[in-house]
Amino acid sequence: MRRSMLFIPGNNPGMLQTAEVFDADSIIFDLEDAISISEKDSARNLVKYFLTSFNLGKKEVVIRINGLDTLYYNDDLDAIVNDNIDSIMVPKANIEELNKLSLILDKYEEKRLMKKKIKLIPIIELASSLLEVEDIAKLKRVDGILLGAEDLTSDMEVERTKEATEIFYPRAKIAFACISEKIDAIDTPYTNTLDEEGLYKDCQLAKSIGLNAKACIHPNQVDLVNEVFSPSKKQIEYAKRVIDATLQNENKGAFSLDGKMIDKPIIERCKKVLEKAKRFGLLR
Amino acid sequence: MNSLNRYVPNGFNKFTSSSAYKDKKRIVIDEVISTNTNKLLNNISEVFDKIGIKDGDTLSFHHHLRSGDYVLNMVCEEIKRRNIKNLTLAPSGIFPTNRILSDLIKNKNVIKIYCNYINGEVARTICNGEMEDLLIMQTHGGRPRAIESGELKIDVAFIATPTANLYGDGNGIDGKSACGALGYGISDTKYAKNKVVVTDNLVDEIKYKEIDGKYIDYVVKVDEIGDKNGIVSGTTKVTKDPIGLKIAKDATRFLDEAGYLTDGFTMQTGAGGTSLAVASFVKKVMINKNIKAKMASGGITGYFVDMLENGLVEKLMDVQCFDLDAVRSYRENDHHYAMSASQYANPYDSPIVNQLDFVILGATEIDLEFNVNVTTASNGLIIGGSGGHSDTAHGASLTIIVTPLVKSRTPIIKEKVTTITTPGEDVDVIVTERGIAINPKRLDLIEKLSNSSLNILSIEELLNKAQMLTGIPKPINLGKKVIGVVEYRDGTIIDSIYKWGK
Repeated sequence: MRRSMLFIPGNNPGMLQTAEVFDADSIIFDLEDAISISEKDSARNLVKYFLTSFNLGKKEVVIRINGLDTLYYNDDLDAIVNDNIDSIMVPKANIEELNKLSLILDKYEEKRLMKKKIKLIPIIELASSLLEVEDIAKLKRVDGILLGAEDLTSDMEVERTKEATEIFYPRAKIAFACISEKIDAIDTPYTNTLDEEGLYKDCQLAKSIGLNAKACIHPNQVDLVNEVFSPSKKQIEYAKRVIDATLQNENKGAFSLDGKMIDKPIIERCKKVLEKAKRFGLLR
Repeated sequence: MNSLNRYVPNGFNKFTSSSAYKDKKRIVIDEVISTNTNKLLNNISEVFDKIGIKDGDTLSFHHHLRSGDYVLNMVCEEIKRRNIKNLTLAPSGIFPTNRILSDLIKNKNVIKIYCNYINGEVARTICNGEMEDLLIMQTHGGRPRAIESGELKIDVAFIATPTANLYGDGNGIDGKSACGALGYGISDTKYAKNKVVVTDNLVDEIKYKEIDGKYIDYVVKVDEIGDKNGIVSGTTKVTKDPIGLKIAKDATRFLDEAGYLTDGFTMQTGAGGTSLAVASFVKKVMINKNIKAKMASGGITGYFVDMLENGLVEKLMDVQCFDLDAVRSYRENDHHYAMSASQYANPYDSPIVNQLDFVILGATEIDLEFNVNVTTASNGLIIGGSGGHSDTAHGASLTIIVTPLVKSRTPIIKEKVTTITTPGEDVDVIVTERGIAINPKRLDLIEKLSNSSLNILSIEELLNKAQMLTGIPKPINLGKKVIGVVEYRDGTIIDSIYKWGK
């Protein structure tokens, strides 16, 4: 369960060192787009040795590797697959390559006597991948799917706009696919790092469609993303009251609270609110 | 050694505690009223002739024009031309633009300096041990205390004044060099033996009088006293640096959870990007809670002007303007008041700092006893000075230091700071990006924040965190020669400053 995932370029020692300071649920160490070809090896080594020396506590450690259609992914995997990481983010993902990657990871996990089973977070960046997204969501290692709107709109040859109408369908499709498999539906980053109001509106829109988390490309975006994708104080208080009232009305299918009917769907929603609140340390 | 186990040279009083001034009586010498009626002089050289400035005199200046000031340099040129020796200078601040002073120090024209803040080449020259006598680093409140008590005797005060009349009345709000409040020069005008207003805007009538002509002996008209654009103090905008913002957010949460953000609170923050970010987050809390601040004080920036103009702050108490928005506001807004350095911070003048609910300050180093250094870098080079740091830290009910835990691969928290500027007894909280430490003496805060989700650690834990990132830095080897002292606001010595390098 995530709210915010912060991208950190793998070749920047200063940024690696301060990544843990921010309240992102996941840190994505990027070996792909943010790294020029001449820096690929140094980024790979820097991230590898950084993760050996630094403990990022409860934060999820994600590595965005280079795509399986490149020359670099094998070296990426060789360097970073170990118990220091939690997940691998896969660019331009499709079913075939995800299955291939899963088999490679099986071998690494066995050979390196790993305690962890590495999770996969595919990025949907191609129209063809979007059409496969329901199957992708079903894959065993996949526990979240990220919409990569910049590449996807490029593939579609449509303009990427602030209003984001062009990505309504991909957002909704990913949300449905993920929710049905109880995995995270992660929204595309908001690329204007100075536009706080725009980020807020974009988060609200994504949330209203059903996505539950968002990738961040700047640390200053994290708090706002967390705020939008966390249950509010009001929601938490209400959920607590509903659950308390449920315990007092154990044998009733439905009962009344503040003059409103409380039945199973509301109770389930409240349970989810409290589960999220607990996960994100919002319960006092 | 003083109570903080720091060396104090012979002939100086040792620091005992930040409250020790309360056991002493205020000493105030008589004000010096001018009897001169024909005050206008044509240039700085005439001032030297008329007053008879000679070897061994003490000359003072204020630093309101900051990096844009020409007056200190003009006087230094004249000293150089006449080759006057063994002078003591007492400017409230020295900036990199005052590099001519380095030559005067090397040539023994100037052998001793009192000031509240110094950086640049002059600081380097002094750190190299090239000044004959000592550098006395005072505080903004300690300087007027020393002047009014006669401890710092000034022979001639040169008061850069953006607008003045022939009688010597003047202000900082009018004229091409308007720099705003002139708070640091007020004590000099009252107690120096000779007072000289230096202006580039001589007018018949002064509408608003901050410098009172009754004290002034001479008025000199020059082409330019400075460049007002030079008053802009470092960063006067809210930081965009994610680490600075994280620190500021946590400091604001701390203030709120500790109960300091209630209707009618009073505050001071520095002009640095992180301090201003605290102000910006405080502003958001104020809007959400629908509360107002009663007062903001200190050096004033456009950010606080904006809060005043939007009804979030009732009044500004301004000792110096940090940007031109502040100058405009001081000129136009009746709720933007100037104060003298004495009214601001002199421990014996019921100063404004005593009314502060909280102050947000910076640090170059902090030790495990919460002592703070803002005087020297960790390599021993002088890079600043107290200014109002120790004054506000003592006066405010809550003193928060905001700083990254590590700067340029150097931990900010150390077992022992290079130089103590502000004693740990007056520092309550340190907010870094990796955790917050509360001074164990503030049991009230520890209790109030006991259920907070903020990352509250002991200062030892913060030190460990820093050292895990950087390793333990090798101690620097400072020379044994004392080149200066840090004078606490009560006139006692809190620490010595040593010759830089081996």
